[in-house]
Amino acid sequence: MSEDGIRCDGRRVDQLRNISIKVGVLKNADGSAYIEFGKNKILAGVFGPRDVHPKHMANPDTGILRCRYHMSPFSVTERKNPAPSRREIEISKVLKEALQPALILKDFPRTVIDVFVEVLQADGGSRCAALDAAAVALADTGIPMRDLVSACAAGKVADRIVLDVNNEEDQEGQADMPVAIMPNSGKVTLMQLDGILTSEEYKTCLQTAIGGLQTGL
Amino acid sequence: MESVIIDQLKRDKILDLLKQGKRLDGRALDEQRPLSIETGVIPKANGSARVKLGNTEVITGVKVQPDKPFPDLGDKGILICTAEILPLADPHVEPGPPTEEVIELARVVDRGIRETEMIDLHQLVLIENKSVVGIFIDSSVIDSDGNLFDACSYASVSAVLSSTIPKYEIKDEAPVLVEGVTSKPPVKTLPVSVTMARIGDYIIVDPTKDEEACMDARITITTNSAGNICALQKGGEDGFSVDQLLKCSELALSVGTKIRKKLEQLM
Repeated sequence: MSEDGIRCDGRRVDQLRNISIKVGVLKNADGSAYIEFGKNKILAGVFGPRDVHPKHMANPDTGILRCRYHMSPFSVTERKNPAPSRREIEISKVLKEALQPALILKDFPRTVIDVFVEVLQADGGSRCAALDAAAVALADTGIPMRDLVSACAAGKVADRIVLDVNNEEDQEGQADMPVAIMPNSGKVTLMQLDGILTSEEYKTCLQTAIGGLQTGL
Repeated sequence: MESVIIDQLKRDKILDLLKQGKRLDGRALDEQRPLSIETGVIPKANGSARVKLGNTEVITGVKVQPDKPFPDLGDKGILICTAEILPLADPHVEPGPPTEEVIELARVVDRGIRETEMIDLHQLVLIENKSVVGIFIDSSVIDSDGNLFDACSYASVSAVLSSTIPKYEIKDEAPVLVEGVTSKPPVKTLPVSVTMARIGDYIIVDPTKDEEACMDARITITTNSAGNICALQKGGEDGFSVDQLLKCSELALSVGTKIRKKLEQLM
């Protein structure tokens, strides 16, 4: 990063990458969205509420939400094995838990809402971009929602707290903190951190991420 | 169906008690269950620990062996943490491929140890880009009563602290074990994870299985000896307010200090 706080891709410390979202891009899915978040290219498709298979997963008291985050083998520099990795399984879980507070699943007992996210090209912050796409795809289905979910990371790069860490910054950076909020309630529904932050930096990082979400999305 | 009704009753009871600042087992909201740590329980492992956190019990073994480095990390030794909930630990756990929950457990424990940089991996290189020492930390939950994250984390850290690293010499570009020479692992800092649950508007430390069954959201924060926040994972089906997240980081630091004192005794 240069002296005046201009980053390797020309952004300011509090600037998001370019984001474009298209809605309703898939015919078969009940809801869908395609996001380009910097160099990330991600498709999300949603089916449901629909019958649950396998049937034993059905819950008579509430609907359930399932989420699959998957990276295409060609999405990263080295070919990725197409089988779901442990990283992808963990991300699938945190994405599901980030989206679930926005839904009213109790209204759809015995059914499932399936969210499928395919990362076609990844470039740092793909879980946040994936979550943005998934939230829009969910809204596209017309399922009643309490709120939208929007996500973005903040991090520490070259001793400075920056918004929306890209791939190069993530590799060289000191900390990465993906955060998702429901913008109306202000509730944080996804949060992770790796890297070393002081208490003060932790607070700044969280506020930077949320500030970015409120202005950018 | 039956379990849902019990959960609702338990939730009501737990919430009622929280309003009076109390918990089912009589603890304060920010109080952990009693922690006991026994090391050296598996002599065939290079390091091991059996940890009890209340009624949650975990055995962790550390195996040290030469390995090839990861392609992009040729100047670092290998560190891998795994975790497993054994079928004997819980009536709801079945043998089979790991579930999302178990994968998350292992990765959160791994992240805590990796991101705090507990072990100086640079000291585990035998030949750069070719041969390094690998440290494999495998945790088995043998009795489960909630907060597996912290129990596995404390057991993993304790097992590493109690471990001895065998010495390897390079002969013909291959590592050969030097019998009878061992050293202590290159430990730089002590990671302490603290898991908290939000039930209604209350944040409680170290939730039991009953408390987890009715929690709204969960958070695990790992701190290092210098008081930095190094790893964090939010879980559960609802969220936290920003104020709650800031409170959780303070709790993680204050509760963590007590645990760190206990772990320091193992060094």
